Amino acid sequence: MGDGEARGRGAELGARLAAGDRSAAPAALNLLETRTAREGAAALVSAAGEGAGHVIGITGPPGVGKSTLLSALLHEWRSRGLAVAVLAVDPSSKRSGGALLGDRARIEHDPADRDVFIRSMAAGERLGGLAPATRAAAQALANAFDVVVIETVGVGQSETDVAEAADTVAVVVQPASGDALQFLKAGIMEVPDVLVVTKADLGAPARRAEEDLRAALGALGADAPVLTVSAIAPTQGIAALADALATHGENRDRVRVRRLGALADFVHEHGERGLRALGGRRAAVRWLAEQDESLDEPTLYGLLERRNQPNG
Amino acid sequence: MSHRLPERDRPWMMRTYAGHSTAASSNELYRRNLAKGQTGLSVAFDLPTQTGYDPDHELARGEVGKVGVPVAHRGDMAVLMDGIPLGEMNTSMTINATAAWLFALYVVAAEEQGVPEDQLSGTTQNDIIKEYLSRGTYAFPPGPSMRLVADMVAYTVEHVPRWNPVNICSYHLQEAGATPVQEIAFSMATACAVLDAVAERVPAERMPAVFGRISFFVNAGVRFVSEHAKLRAMTVLWEQLGRERYGVTDEKALRFRYGVQVNSLGLTEAQPENNVQRIVLEALAVTLGRNARARAVQLPAWNEALGLPRPWDQQWALRIQQVLAYETDLLEYPDLFEGSKVMDGLVEELLTGAREELVRVEDRGGAVEAVPYMKAALVESHRERIARIESGEQVLVGVNRFTETEPSPMLGEDGGILVVDPGVEAQAREAVRAWREQRGDVSAALDELRRVAASDENIMAATLAAARAGVTTGEWAGALRDVFGSYRAPTGVGEAASPAADEALRDEVARVSEALGRTVKILVGKPGLDGHSNGAEQIAVRARDAGFDVVYEGIRLTPAQIARSAVDEGVHVIGLSILSGSHRELIPDVIAALDGADIPVVVGGIIPEADVPALKAAGVAAVYTPKHFELDRIMHEIVALVAARNGVGAAA
Ligand code: B12
Ligand SMILES: Nc1nc2c(ncn2[C@@H]2O[C@H](COP(=O)(O)OP(=O)(O)OP(=O)(O)O)[C@@H](O)[C@H]2O)c(=O)[nH]1
Ligand SMILES: [Mg+2]
Repeated sequence: MGDGEARGRGAELGARLAAGDRSAAPAALNLLETRTAREGAAALVSAAGEGAGHVIGITGPPGVGKSTLLSALLHEWRSRGLAVAVLAVDPSSKRSGGALLGDRARIEHDPADRDVFIRSMAAGERLGGLAPATRAAAQALANAFDVVVIETVGVGQSETDVAEAADTVAVVVQPASGDALQFLKAGIMEVPDVLVVTKADLGAPARRAEEDLRAALGALGADAPVLTVSAIAPTQGIAALADALATHGENRDRVRVRRLGALADFVHEHGERGLRALGGRRAAVRWLAEQDESLDEPTLYGLLERRNQPNG
Repeated sequence: MSHRLPERDRPWMMRTYAGHSTAASSNELYRRNLAKGQTGLSVAFDLPTQTGYDPDHELARGEVGKVGVPVAHRGDMAVLMDGIPLGEMNTSMTINATAAWLFALYVVAAEEQGVPEDQLSGTTQNDIIKEYLSRGTYAFPPGPSMRLVADMVAYTVEHVPRWNPVNICSYHLQEAGATPVQEIAFSMATACAVLDAVAERVPAERMPAVFGRISFFVNAGVRFVSEHAKLRAMTVLWEQLGRERYGVTDEKALRFRYGVQVNSLGLTEAQPENNVQRIVLEALAVTLGRNARARAVQLPAWNEALGLPRPWDQQWALRIQQVLAYETDLLEYPDLFEGSKVMDGLVEELLTGAREELVRVEDRGGAVEAVPYMKAALVESHRERIARIESGEQVLVGVNRFTETEPSPMLGEDGGILVVDPGVEAQAREAVRAWREQRGDVSAALDELRRVAASDENIMAATLAAARAGVTTGEWAGALRDVFGSYRAPTGVGEAASPAADEALRDEVARVSEALGRTVKILVGKPGLDGHSNGAEQIAVRARDAGFDVVYEGIRLTPAQIARSAVDEGVHVIGLSILSGSHRELIPDVIAALDGADIPVVVGGIIPEADVPALKAAGVAAVYTPKHFELDRIMHEIVALVAARNGVGAAA
């Protein structure tokens, strides 16, 4: 695809998503993931604009039950009449570059239901739990879907990356594993918007995990909701979780997401060195906070680039 | 001790795993087999019956009567057992998720013959853990499934005392790639999980009796000396578990009782006549030493890797057993290996390994909780096995060595296999509808089933009542699905090690990915009820190691699900794997469901030569069968296909 052709295709797909055409999603993702069609991807993102859909990040250690939880949530959202897109990110093998993408297997859905879209993404060489195109994809899909969920692996580091892409971040915690608790207490993990203890059907360990998390949050002076759920039949607590996510979504801060997103892209492109040139992360975040609230992400990114190379 | 037995031993029970098309034709086959000197029955059910669907269910398409007999209600069971005196017969049923149901139908069929249930003897396989790990015919999530197993044990131990309610299976673990140590440890861990579940449902004083009713279904590969050692090791470990973990003291109850089907994974498509030698040697592994001899044996046929055996092929397999038992002097001696340093050493090695592995499973909370761990371990062992065969380190005569051959005179006009009349499916659909019409209202029986399922009561009484009322297999399982929900077992592929793969292959995948602008993405799909996952898993793992992005969702998907995934995921190629014989129906179904989306499809599995032209005509780009054992070569061809379809030129 030539640049011009890619731009045209991107603009067309973006416009279809903006008009709520969900059947454009697979082709849109193909284009956004095409490394040799950056122009097309950019055209798609700007034609799509900033969608009204609620972008939710779900993260937690491997095997904690994220996909199963998503399956239950999907069911709940569909029964509320919401169209849902899922972006499931899996790590790539360092050795071969290939990836095994298995999350969609756990997300039960009707193949005839056009209001559900599930896409697996390989993280590639990117650290931090997102694939290169995840954020752009989430933004674009938020035009045509009421809810866009990003599933990533991680606890401790990668929540920050999801936070840059999602309006609401939920961390899923395994009962009887202290990881999240320790990371939270030690300040390695930022306080997420919602904490979910899953596998409540296991009984006592889940209740204990919930109490421990509440205590830790109290000590940190944070008031993030903690919900306990069971994602396998008979499910428990799923409706309450959907409510809690929606409540947070109503108060989401899109401006913050745009600013952090621009910074993330900048760091990805220019690395630590670029960050130093901006005076470090905290300084960069402060500086971004002073910018006009209406600026979109590409513009903010451009401003950061200019600051990085004042003479360029 | 004398080196001769005072009296020649009685032979083991001889069976042939059989059943296909309809209850009536399977009944005829059973009677013929019994007339040939077979001493017990071994019933193969078709996949819809095994997974709890009636012949007219969407998921049954292409599978009805194929790999076994369809049994949809008590009428079918009565026909299947017609003229076979159930009070005298010893019947083994390979049935798991729906074991409680098929057992109930069997009890009712006996009732109709005037035989009370306490006269029945036989075995229901009923080991659900290995269904998650290997065999794939599970229906419900682990918790409720274990409860059904426990209910069956608790029921039979009181009411059908000569029945073996569960056959703990190591057989299927070896068929999925397990090492001997894994076979021993995972099956023993499964036995413990079953016993622990039963302990919650019977009074403590009944546990020794329960322990005594647990039997095993094992495997023996062609390394027959160490395979025999494995059985001796299992004998030792089982007795030890009985004494130490369950406080059993009765010597008889402590005995390790097992039936066998010998290894089929190592039986080859190339030069298939060589399989006969393999089968004979494997039969020795389970009969040679008297202290660990099989109670019941069934042998596969020479044409195992080609397709379903014909009656003559099965007769040949039965005759192997009869020659061994009646012509040779095998049964005239005490144990041949007592005092053998080699045997004792091998047993000790296996015991040490198995005990360590058992601890790892226990550390993960026991067999039920450790399903993901065990599944991943099996995929990994199989990955290693395939790599050894591919490199030539593990010799397979006729496959990776000594491949020059004369043309085989054994593949006659029928291709050397049994082909089931595709018309049986439509007949069965009609028949089950007619049955539902005439049998009256069963809603009360189903309501009762749901109530009991949701309670803590034993499922058997309501199941027997439903069987008598004329409920169908799909209705019974459907009622339980309403209460228990459904489940997808882990695939185990994500955890497989990723060794340095073939450099040239990785370079080629990288080159084509670069030219496409994104990584070559493949969907590996398993349409229908077929549970044979080995091939799909190994293809998925190798594709990742070659640098592909791989979407693999596990077994038992509908063509619509596969097509939808392929489109949503934006894959460049679809690889379908079918071994159960439903390829003629399901492969074209997937292509139709793609609805014009231009994605090339390749197919692998047990695909008879005769079916290839039709698949190609339906749009399949390439067909792979077991003789294509070089996975790297398959990968090269798939990348080339993707390149060609996307206008990417060959490497400079
Ligand atoms: C191992 C095995 C099993 C294992 C499966 C374990 C597992 N998780 O996979 C167990 C013991 C569980 C099993 C059970 C049954 N089995 Co079985 N099984 C076999 C056996 C011996 C080997 C298959 C195998 O795994 N080979 C190793 C793998 C790596 O090879 P492969 O899958 O063929 O893959 C190669 C190629 O075909 C190709 N390929 C395969 N898939 C794909 C996909 C792509 C994309 C590509 C590119 C290539 C490709 O590449 C691979 C590399 O060489 C075959 C006979 C034989 N020797 O082939 C019978 C066989 C397949 N089984 C058979 C039957 C009937 C059953 C049962 C249905 C019996 C019953 N009535 O209950 C059960 C139930 C299974 C179910 N749920 O569907 C029949 C099928 C008959 C038919 N097609 O007409 C066979 C042919 C035996 C026979 N002759 O009767 N089985
Ligand atoms: N008992 C119980 N098991 C659960 C529950 N949720 C998930 N599981 C099980 O936990 C295992 C892992 O679930 P997944 O949903 O695949 O976990 P995940 O976090 O998405 O895993 P990765 O994507 O591999 O990191 C599966 O075996 C599930 O069946 C639950 O609520 N209760
Ligand atoms: Mg997941």
